[in-house]
Amino acid sequence: MIRRLTTSICSALLLSMPVAAETVTIATVNNGDMVTMKNLSKAFTDANPDISLEWVTLEENILRQRVTTDIATGSGQYDVVTIGTYEVPIWARQGWLEPLNNLGEDYDLDDILPSIRGGLSYQDNLYAVPFYAESSMVIYRTDLMEKAGLAMPEKPTWDFIEQAAKAMTNKDQGVYGICLRGKAGWGENTALITSIANSFGARWFDEQWKPQFNTPEWQKTLEVYTNLMLKYGPPGASSNGFNENLALFQTGKCGIWIDATVAGSFVTNPEESTVADKVGFALAPDAGLGKRANWLWAWNLAIPSSTDSKAAAEKFVSWATSKGYLDLVAQEKGLANVPPGTRASLYANEAYLKAAPFAQMTLDSIKLANPNNPTVKPVPYVGVQFVAIPEFQGLGTAVGQQFSAAVAGNVTPAQALKTAQRLAERTMRKAGYPKN
Amino acid sequence: MATTSSRFLGRIMISPAVALLLVWMLVPLAMTIYFSFQNYNLLMPGMQEFIGWMNYEFFLTDPAFTESFFNTLQLVCGVLFITIIGGTAIAVLLDQAIVGRNIVRILVLAPFFVMPTVSALVWKNMFMNPVNGLFAHMFTALGLEPFDFLSQAPLASIILIVSWQWLPFAALILLTAIQSLDQEQLEAAELDGAGPMARFYYIVVPHLSRAITAVVLIETIFLLSVFAEILVTTNGGPGYASTNITYLIYSQSLLDFDVGAGSAGGIIAVIIANVVAVFLMRMFGKNLEK
Amino acid sequence: MRQSQLLRQKMVYSLLAWTVGIAIFFPILWTVFTSFKTELEAVATEPSFLMFDWTLENYSTVFIESRYFTHFWNSVVISIGSSLLGLLIAIPAAWAMAFVPNKRTKDVLMWMLSTKMLPPVGVLVPIYLLFRDFDLLDTKLGLVIVMTLINLPIMIWMLYTYFREIPSEVLEAARMDGATIGSEIVHVLLPIALPGIASTLLLNIILSWNEAFWTLILTAAKAAPLTAFIASYSSPEGLFYAKLSAASTLAIAPILIIGWFSQKQLVRGLTFGAVK
Repeated sequence: MIRRLTTSICSALLLSMPVAAETVTIATVNNGDMVTMKNLSKAFTDANPDISLEWVTLEENILRQRVTTDIATGSGQYDVVTIGTYEVPIWARQGWLEPLNNLGEDYDLDDILPSIRGGLSYQDNLYAVPFYAESSMVIYRTDLMEKAGLAMPEKPTWDFIEQAAKAMTNKDQGVYGICLRGKAGWGENTALITSIANSFGARWFDEQWKPQFNTPEWQKTLEVYTNLMLKYGPPGASSNGFNENLALFQTGKCGIWIDATVAGSFVTNPEESTVADKVGFALAPDAGLGKRANWLWAWNLAIPSSTDSKAAAEKFVSWATSKGYLDLVAQEKGLANVPPGTRASLYANEAYLKAAPFAQMTLDSIKLANPNNPTVKPVPYVGVQFVAIPEFQGLGTAVGQQFSAAVAGNVTPAQALKTAQRLAERTMRKAGYPKN
Repeated sequence: MATTSSRFLGRIMISPAVALLLVWMLVPLAMTIYFSFQNYNLLMPGMQEFIGWMNYEFFLTDPAFTESFFNTLQLVCGVLFITIIGGTAIAVLLDQAIVGRNIVRILVLAPFFVMPTVSALVWKNMFMNPVNGLFAHMFTALGLEPFDFLSQAPLASIILIVSWQWLPFAALILLTAIQSLDQEQLEAAELDGAGPMARFYYIVVPHLSRAITAVVLIETIFLLSVFAEILVTTNGGPGYASTNITYLIYSQSLLDFDVGAGSAGGIIAVIIANVVAVFLMRMFGKNLEK
Repeated sequence: MRQSQLLRQKMVYSLLAWTVGIAIFFPILWTVFTSFKTELEAVATEPSFLMFDWTLENYSTVFIESRYFTHFWNSVVISIGSSLLGLLIAIPAAWAMAFVPNKRTKDVLMWMLSTKMLPPVGVLVPIYLLFRDFDLLDTKLGLVIVMTLINLPIMIWMLYTYFREIPSEVLEAARMDGATIGSEIVHVLLPIALPGIASTLLLNIILSWNEAFWTLILTAAKAAPLTAFIASYSSPEGLFYAKLSAASTLAIAPILIIGWFSQKQLVRGLTFGAVK
């Protein structure tokens, strides 16, 4: 018995599974659209019997660490990686990604929305293809608005948002006027607050890369944000990220939720949402300064240059972002649930606009965001809700911690900004900015 | 007589373990020390250069450092306090003649088998969540405002979660120790008129001191590097309210990908761990000699 | 009179012990219950206890979405493999420390334990680079090695304290009979120390099964154990309490069951020199 156990353990240890087919290892996020891709990938392997797929599906933060560590050390564990708009230009500059120039003849690259495609190119080469893209928008409960005797304009201002949040809040019944991200992280609360800051004319750095958290624009931004959340937000807001807020909204606890446009299909899906038929959409708010709180983000598929099966990987990448894939999802999951925001042809499809009440708003929001000119004043960086420099992940998260403490009521907005300014100055000093 | 040869043999027998641990410790440690003097960011290859003590300077002057240092202390001490008091109480209780003792022991033991990630996820979402968590429902049912554990008392909540995981361990070791207690001594004391409290204080507690040191030593080793629980529940926040040293190093090396700063932090953590180790060794060594 | 007082005392203690036991176990129990609820029921404002429509839907989703059995098998190989390998190295070391101690034995032991205090994140990048160069990334062998080294100090200490309680006369008697050191260990020491060894083995299986730092960092697809499986359910989109509960139940059930069945062995050896 023991010997058999030992033998089987040893053989399991030593055998490195020789497989006939070429294996493509795909690292991806555990978001709904990616899980769908994984579940539908049999269509791909059926069409390409010589390729077999290995999936690594992980929570966003863990995935990002693993993939970054792997790529930066050139370890080559992954053949396809799912990365954000933030990483693509930085990684492409380091030569860590393969340029994509064999996507196939019927791929129709020009169909990809230009603002999305622009963020994925570096020196005229395309380094990643978008799987889905998003901006931010106002998601609200039509029934609660009606009850409050208000009507959501298509282009709300922050003042109106506050008025509406106040009117909808009914804490005794567990309804909170507004739900916003509060969980610290550069991709969580920092993303939201930075896009709010853009609408109030604040910026991360001036043209000389000097941190700007000590400006009145930031003060205003954080005051508006914390005021909304402390008065009308749910308890525990400082640990709510996208997913937590989604769950709150789906269970009918939020009046207004300002977050990613991809949430549109989740909150209107009656299988998941208790308020599916009572949801309305509006553009992200502004403060009359000519910029709205719209961010721009895409989850993209890219191929690390450390891969040893580039051709097979590119085949998969092309398949998963093709028009044919959208058709497949429409067939299996319903037209409203296809990955949004990447292809112009999708938004030209009348049936889609009809099936997805959030479609037009998604497209309009994406078009409003401009990574090269994110806020009112000029900036030295690229990115709407992030700053495309390698130092940003750490700094953005550290600053997010301060915002999070402010929304928990542990520190005042002024204190949070003071610490944020100090953190940013330290980081920039260490990184040797301004660089030439 | 046979001492020389058996001593020689002893060295041979122990050497694989010592050699392996030496390699496991020294090689990464040497690399870490080397990196800690470099300006080395994983995201910016080719810019590596010697920068002297700058990484250390930045790590030690980081506003998060002092706070996370004291958080680490609070976390370790808090969990030790709860598990030892609670563990002793449970051990005494389980030592009594009770109905279904084995089943109760199984119930008490269970949290020890649960993955830290799982227990953190379960506590965070299903119990401490201020809207959908069970505690929130209980508070609402009692007509109270739901308490927001993870943002109002983040460190205390983490101490609670970690204590839940380590309570069984403390209880079990203490139980074994209590069971080895000389019953005759207790009975003699009872005959001499010592009350239950007096007997517990003068006979049981001194007898348990060895077991308690063992618990302190083992738990400290694991508690100094508590990480998954923080990552899953609070991400070290709000602010730095629940950041410990391990988490701080993590955020430097895996969020900033600043290997240099992370390495400097790692070396500082090693120094702290060694100070603690020396302290524990004194304490434990004394108890071991008895 | 005395009899009934004793009985009452027993009742009170039992009640107290059961209350404590159930309170400690409750989070696990609640997770298991939730795993059989629908997502909407899992977040219902008035949580139901037992009285809900039991469903297996979450389990089937989890099985469809991820390869549970691959992860499960990886966990088994890594935890058992590393524990056996660890024993192989730890038993001789503990023997030497317990039966031929010298002045520095205690220092060596403390040094070994102090290696466990190194924060793993601090040495992450060096280890990762070494693993890459030795082609150990995403292999079970790599994780077996890491888990062995991580737990070795604890194993040695446990065995050492256990061996020390064995009177050395027993071994000397065997040696008088002309036994070699090898056969002395195999035929005399091991049988006596079996409970301690079994409990060391079990404790280490548990520790490696639950290790969630290196197992996540050093694996991708092929060698990823159950900790990676849980990481894919930790924060997905939308309602996830029920699915998370199902995944959690699946991840902890095997070790919980093993732990329960072997709790006597585990407890018997878990003394760390605490008893004597």
